[in-house]
Amino acid sequence: MPEHNVRNFNINFGPQHPAAHGVLRLVLELDGELVERVDPHIGLLHRGTEKLIEAKTYLQALPYFDRLDYVAPMCQEHGYCMAIEKLLGLQVPIRGQLIRVLYAEISRILSHLLNVTTQAMDIGALTPPLWGFEERENLMVFYERASGSRMHAAYFRPGGVHQDLPRDLVEDIGRWCETFPNTLDDIEGLLTNNRIFKQRNVDVGVISLDDAWAWGFSGVLVRGSGAAWDLRRSQPYECYSELDFEIPIGKNGDCYDRYLIRMIEMRQSASIMKQCVDRLLSSEATGPFSSADGKVVPPKRAEMKRSMEALIHHFKLYTEGFHVPAGEAYAAVEAPKGEFGVYLIADGTNSPYRCKIRAPGFTHLQAMDYMCRGHQLADVSAVLGSLDIVFGEVDR
Amino acid sequence: MVDSNLSLLREQVETTCSGLYTAADIRLDELTLTTSRETIIPLLLLLRDDMRFRFICLLDICGVDWPQRAERFDVVYHLLSPQLNQRVRLKLTTTEDLPVPSACSVYPAADWYEREAWDMYGILFEGHPDLRRLLTDYGFEGHPLRKDFPLTGYVEVRYDDAAKRVVYEPVELRQEYRHFDFLSPWEGTDYVLPGDEKSTDSKG
Repeated sequence: MPEHNVRNFNINFGPQHPAAHGVLRLVLELDGELVERVDPHIGLLHRGTEKLIEAKTYLQALPYFDRLDYVAPMCQEHGYCMAIEKLLGLQVPIRGQLIRVLYAEISRILSHLLNVTTQAMDIGALTPPLWGFEERENLMVFYERASGSRMHAAYFRPGGVHQDLPRDLVEDIGRWCETFPNTLDDIEGLLTNNRIFKQRNVDVGVISLDDAWAWGFSGVLVRGSGAAWDLRRSQPYECYSELDFEIPIGKNGDCYDRYLIRMIEMRQSASIMKQCVDRLLSSEATGPFSSADGKVVPPKRAEMKRSMEALIHHFKLYTEGFHVPAGEAYAAVEAPKGEFGVYLIADGTNSPYRCKIRAPGFTHLQAMDYMCRGHQLADVSAVLGSLDIVFGEVDR
Repeated sequence: MVDSNLSLLREQVETTCSGLYTAADIRLDELTLTTSRETIIPLLLLLRDDMRFRFICLLDICGVDWPQRAERFDVVYHLLSPQLNQRVRLKLTTTEDLPVPSACSVYPAADWYEREAWDMYGILFEGHPDLRRLLTDYGFEGHPLRKDFPLTGYVEVRYDDAAKRVVYEPVELRQEYRHFDFLSPWEGTDYVLPGDEKSTDSKG
């Protein structure tokens, strides 16, 4: 038989591929079915968020954070608010902290539900997304009832949250927390012991703990490789240190472990939410939800009708905005995808001098080449799904 | 109130890394080491490999532009030590022409962060394996996060139905970009208000 001239060939994966999770263009170099090299081309969703933030006041810049990781919007706002609060030395009252934690955990479930179910869809399962999206819809209604918006909430504000939660909303969230584990049981019943799901995920995309740290991983990706590292526990912010929750860690660092961790984290999040709801209905049923510093936090509408000072504050805060003393701060939160950090440089005026957004997905995506080498072409979408990439935050 | 662990870390840095940095400040519970282009790689290696530090995770590299300075760019590194549960920030300055040694050999994660800093600010990294643009368009010119780059950019794209392709054209604004200057004239501004020229004349 004559020997054929065999050569590697390049294919484009995306930017319109449904498993590319948005606008990723992967240039794959293949040797038959084996992946030799992965070159992700990103930036197709680059909107210049950091540049825009420099031209806005601190408050006007806040809604841009919803549009980063648009699957879990409030976690991004959280990081930004914490950076401002650090520079201003602002304290958030306990009711405000509980509301923030409650909504941060709602965001975490939103994100994990989307990720777990679409990862299942990437490798061929159609039912999980349908079941998962039903619950996401319920959660987005909670978003809407608190902030008026299903996704781009702009609800966390420097000093606390924008508005208080009505009691019946808190009660409804409490009821949802009780039924939600049933949905998780259903999804787990479909996936966890599913033969095809396991074949596609177990021992695929393995990364060792040392490599995970060196590649700058955080969140589920380091926990999947065995590090008990969660900023909510190791560097607690808000009132996480008063709440009771567990941090699942994996053993093998493969896609399947990461899936399992996300499933357990959702249960833990529901339990954190339940604790917040209980406190918001009992010991912290009343009280301020936002800092009382009138130079940063706008006054309530009722106050403005009677107080001249409140009216002036309202006018000044919504035109000029508040001034942040010169300095720099880095604040990080445990977003669903990993460590979301905001590095803020203030120059003493009413707008940030520089705001660097440290998005977890950015670092995770750059390790695609390292993680996919030698894998089959079909594994690329499984690895990509388990990295939990959302292009809003990667491209910024 | 300064975290005692952080002061301890600063003392350890002072004893082991002398000569590799010029200043170590703790502000807002964050430790910042000011270093230079020559010492950044030895400092990163020491912070990564020394058993007392183990800053094994590079969280971020970013540029900052200060156009009025002689060396206009800051390059800022954020490191994390899971073992100490501490963070540290390293800073150095550079210009448009002077390259910074690439940290890719120390942390693989530095790759895209350095490409981003090159793309956004035009900071050069020496020894980087593949210093291409990362986030901007194919064929983009300029470095958008520099303070002298206009917010609107220079070109806009649209689909030309006649040519059946996307065309690039210079930005044409129907209305001038409105930059509202809300800074109170009584604090924080250093420009002369229109009609107020005489008041500064009389002072000076």
